[in-house]
Amino acid sequence: MTLPDPEQLLEHLYQQLKPRIQDQTVLVGIYTGGVWLMERLLHRLQAELGRDIPHGKLDAAMYRDDYAQRGLKTAAQPAQMPFDVNAKHIILVDDIFYTGRTTRAVMNELFDHGRPASVQLAVLINRGGAQLPIRPDMVGADLPLLAHQSYELAMNTQGRLHLSIAESTPLANKGATTHV
Amino acid sequence: MYNPQLNAQGQLQHLLSIEGLPKRILNDILDTAENFVGVAEREVKKVPLLRGKTVCNIFFENSTRTRTTFEIAAKRLSADVLNLNVSTSSQSKGETILDTVNNLIAMHADMFVVRHQQSGAAHFIAQHVPPHISVINAGDGRHAHPTQGLLDVFTIRKYKPEMHNLRVAIVGDVLHSRVARSEIHALTTLGVPEIRVIAPRTLLPTDVEKLGVQVFHNMEQGLKDVDVVMMLRLQNERMSGALLPSSQEFFQTFGLTPERLALARPDAIVMHPGPMNRGVEIDSAVADGKQSVILPQVTYGIAVRMAVMAILGGGNAA
Repeated sequence: MTLPDPEQLLEHLYQQLKPRIQDQTVLVGIYTGGVWLMERLLHRLQAELGRDIPHGKLDAAMYRDDYAQRGLKTAAQPAQMPFDVNAKHIILVDDIFYTGRTTRAVMNELFDHGRPASVQLAVLINRGGAQLPIRPDMVGADLPLLAHQSYELAMNTQGRLHLSIAESTPLANKGATTHV
Repeated sequence: MYNPQLNAQGQLQHLLSIEGLPKRILNDILDTAENFVGVAEREVKKVPLLRGKTVCNIFFENSTRTRTTFEIAAKRLSADVLNLNVSTSSQSKGETILDTVNNLIAMHADMFVVRHQQSGAAHFIAQHVPPHISVINAGDGRHAHPTQGLLDVFTIRKYKPEMHNLRVAIVGDVLHSRVARSEIHALTTLGVPEIRVIAPRTLLPTDVEKLGVQVFHNMEQGLKDVDVVMMLRLQNERMSGALLPSSQEFFQTFGLTPERLALARPDAIVMHPGPMNRGVEIDSAVADGKQSVILPQVTYGIAVRMAVMAILGGGNAA
């Protein structure tokens, strides 16, 4: 399977994102890949719009529905939400959309910070397989993937994104840090 | 080496003592605690990790402060909390520790936080409970107080991240202090190169050097150039016989005053596990001074206890 250049997908995502930015819009990246993407999008938006856009970072670890099976991921990152969530239009940014469970977990955490006016979801890739009534509003590309495979987004020291596919057996996949 | 706190996979099953715990587990707890520090600053001060679980604080010995911080920690993890002050209830009616514990197991408790005046009580309970229940030692006799030791090193790491380059002084009643013992094990495991204890001979255990510490009987010598001054509470209630002439004399010789603190490094931090005896171990000017991190210790204590409970309650996946 030939993989697309994630830099082109990010450009496609940016074109969908920019018209949605309002006065009360804030960006929130989901660790880890979503934070990289959010920072790239933010940098360009702020340059083109000529103003600061509030932004934050969330990790779904403490709200995951599989905590009882997998325990707490100790590498979880602390939430950074340096703005008042109430009445804001939140755009969540993540790298891969799969089952929707990460999005659900992040939304639960988001509402513990306050009551946003709206929440939208921007993802680089929708791989299919949603298990909840949650779908991304902005998508870099729809690229279905087999259940035993997962996309892995990496960023090199120059900040350039790279996409690959990881194969795993169903057993090995059980405890792996796959994007869901 | 067998450690009753770890399961067959080397994961944390109970937290009974710092002694024997590998550095990776201490770092896992401290790193996890970082994630919980910010929870208290949010609109909803809760995360759902222990939703549906029941945490029992079984205190055979009174301690309002420690029990309260464990209770807040469990509630911020969304657990249901039972507080049992056993010293004034069942035990006084003749019930044994295991009778009490068995009743709580029958009530489907998931985690026990145990304080007892006898060393080894938490180990005893941990050996008895079924595998799905975890036990946290909240202080047993003179033996251990692991979450206090962990919250102290967490506080030190916050203010002095270069742990491999620190000089730490622990001052006061080391003999009766389970806190000091846990702190020394935690600091040693995390690679702090120089740990000093400063106390009169009557308030030091006979084998204290075997813990890898330097012993000083003089505050002026012991405090010189240290990065951290950790004061201990003078535990009069645990003393039998005349270990000290008087609290006034103790303060004159071993109390932390601004003049003595000036011997430490200028950016040294001052810690105390509480409750403080002002004018006995510590001068109010120091306790309330700009180098004091005594109140942040309390705040971080909740985050550290949340981390321990979250790790133990999550399928032991630390």
